[in-house]
Amino acid sequence: MSVFIQQLINGFFIGSVYGLFAIGYTLVFGVLDILNLAHAAIFTLGGLSALWLTRTTGLPVWASFCLATLFSGLLGLVLYRVAFAPLRRRADSNLSGLISSIAMAIIFEAGAFEIFGARTVRFPQGMFAVRVYHFDSLTFTSLQLEIVAIALGLMVVLSLCLKHSRTGKAMRAVAESETTARLLGIPVERIISETFFVSSALGGAAGILFGLYFNALGPDMGRSIELKGLAVIILGGMGSIPGAILGGIAFGMSEVLTVALTGMSSLRDAVAFSVLLLILILKPSGLLGRGRIRQA
Amino acid sequence: MGMSVGNVARKTAVVAALALGLTGIGSKAQAAPGEAKIGFALSMTGAAAAYGETQKNGALLAIDEINARAGKNGIRIVPVFEDDASQPQQGVNVFNRLIFADKVVMIIGPTLSNTAQVADRIAQKAGVPVVGISNTARGITDIGDYIFRDSLTEMQVIPDTIRVVEKKTGMKKVALLYGNDDAFTKSGYDVFKKALEDSHIKILTEQSFSKGDRDFSAQLTEIRALKPDALVVSALVEEGSGIVSQARRLGIGTNVPIIGGNGFNSPSLIKNSGKASENVFVGAAWNESSSNPLNVDFVKAYTAKFGSAPDQFAAQAYAAVHIAVDALKRAGSTDNRKALRDALTRVQGLDTVLGKFSFTKGRDADCTPVVEMVMGGKFMVLSE
Repeated sequence: MSVFIQQLINGFFIGSVYGLFAIGYTLVFGVLDILNLAHAAIFTLGGLSALWLTRTTGLPVWASFCLATLFSGLLGLVLYRVAFAPLRRRADSNLSGLISSIAMAIIFEAGAFEIFGARTVRFPQGMFAVRVYHFDSLTFTSLQLEIVAIALGLMVVLSLCLKHSRTGKAMRAVAESETTARLLGIPVERIISETFFVSSALGGAAGILFGLYFNALGPDMGRSIELKGLAVIILGGMGSIPGAILGGIAFGMSEVLTVALTGMSSLRDAVAFSVLLLILILKPSGLLGRGRIRQA
Repeated sequence: MGMSVGNVARKTAVVAALALGLTGIGSKAQAAPGEAKIGFALSMTGAAAAYGETQKNGALLAIDEINARAGKNGIRIVPVFEDDASQPQQGVNVFNRLIFADKVVMIIGPTLSNTAQVADRIAQKAGVPVVGISNTARGITDIGDYIFRDSLTEMQVIPDTIRVVEKKTGMKKVALLYGNDDAFTKSGYDVFKKALEDSHIKILTEQSFSKGDRDFSAQLTEIRALKPDALVVSALVEEGSGIVSQARRLGIGTNVPIIGGNGFNSPSLIKNSGKASENVFVGAAWNESSSNPLNVDFVKAYTAKFGSAPDQFAAQAYAAVHIAVDALKRAGSTDNRKALRDALTRVQGLDTVLGKFSFTKGRDADCTPVVEMVMGGKFMVLSE
């Protein structure tokens, strides 16, 4: 039994990182109806830039975390300006935006490859103290607790901001109808830029947490999470923030339990995506999706 | 989705490079008499980059020494280094270029057994001798009579490792964890399993992971619950480092030995996983502390040149270049691939940094393995 609970804890930790990553996807999708496929590249660059900051400037990890998150947000602005904004007036802007975001992903990834090389890089040993807690036969570390706390904390802050802040309300208005928002005097362009900033900052933060947790970063680390992030938002319901969180945790747990039950990690993705298909058949709008009503 | 785009790009690159290689565009001039052009296919990027780097260093050191000593009539080596990117497709690409464009007399490499399984066939077909320096999986030299290796196979190293660790720790029940989608880690697993069964050590559970996995907590949690005396792991060093760190973090303490195959035998393991690597055991093909004067000089020269101590992979690369020169001298030619192959089969009792070295009838390495354990942040050789 305690093994099972430990596995659930393992799944919960990785799932909360998936959730944080998927929120970025869902936020942009909710507001613009566009899939931003460069999100995984921002995730990678977030993690790598935090590592670079810690190693070259000797900043404490929390400071590099904040700076790298900010940097990821700025990358999001660049991404929007280059890949999405010029296409906004085109009739097929959803599809062309999707394609140009793939181009940006390749450019970002190649940049990371040039700067960091293809090798797996790691935070230096002993950079931060990791305490291990044992409760009965359950084990977790201070690092895991911090990761979950940061991931869930960011999610809560985001939800509150969307609900109560002026910008958050404006984002929801743009999501509802761009034309109406414009008529109401909302600066749509600025709101979209801000959406990209927030979305990318969260994606970068997820990359940093992922990097800290497994301490193995490389230019290809976004690959492993890219499709999972998409699956998570479909699972949770497109455009739904609580759905992304719930979907992330469910996805993480299904992965861990698959490995635990079969002893083989090659089945991990197969089972996770089968669950996804099953949910789509039973509830096409996803766990928390509400049909066409967008709520980001 | 980025994945599939990447694949397309890579495939296009392979096709383009193949076309280049086969038509011989960009082929360089033949080496001058007395100069032997040797191709090196090493993993400078990708999963095995940690090995490729020291392999290149070891080879460079040997080449520098040989060329400095060559004088007017001796054999000089002109190396052509290529990166196989730790990937079979890229390995094929590189082999084609080395064989048909650069027209090398032999190839040293590739780094991974997985790549060798595919790429070595091209060399065999073209009649170009290959000396593997880190291929340890079963069946590599069975590809054909042009394929050699100076790396001891898992079959030669692992049974010894299990025997020595059992004697030292008295382990009776272990858990097995291995990568099931890689020729090297899978064959390591097969040999571990057989060696454990032969020693009547109980295998409590077998768990697997895939290339590129970062999260091993699910497997390790299952393993921890069974309270094994030791953890036996067949993995490359990047995944291996993650497994060792996460095992210790999950509460499989440093009092539980972790036994690894050839892949663990790299200083990066200690660097990557720090204190967690204490009590890790590995079987090795090279003894750093051997008092053989050749070896003492090698360690000294390597450290002076590259600023860090060599590992087994550097030593095997270094030895391979010397083995190649020994054969080239007897082949009587620096560009006759067939004569070089025949001369390689007659390498007997050659004094190398790996000890007295010969090729077996099956063109595998014949030298003495050692068992090491990590103690105080360093690999220590265990004497029986």
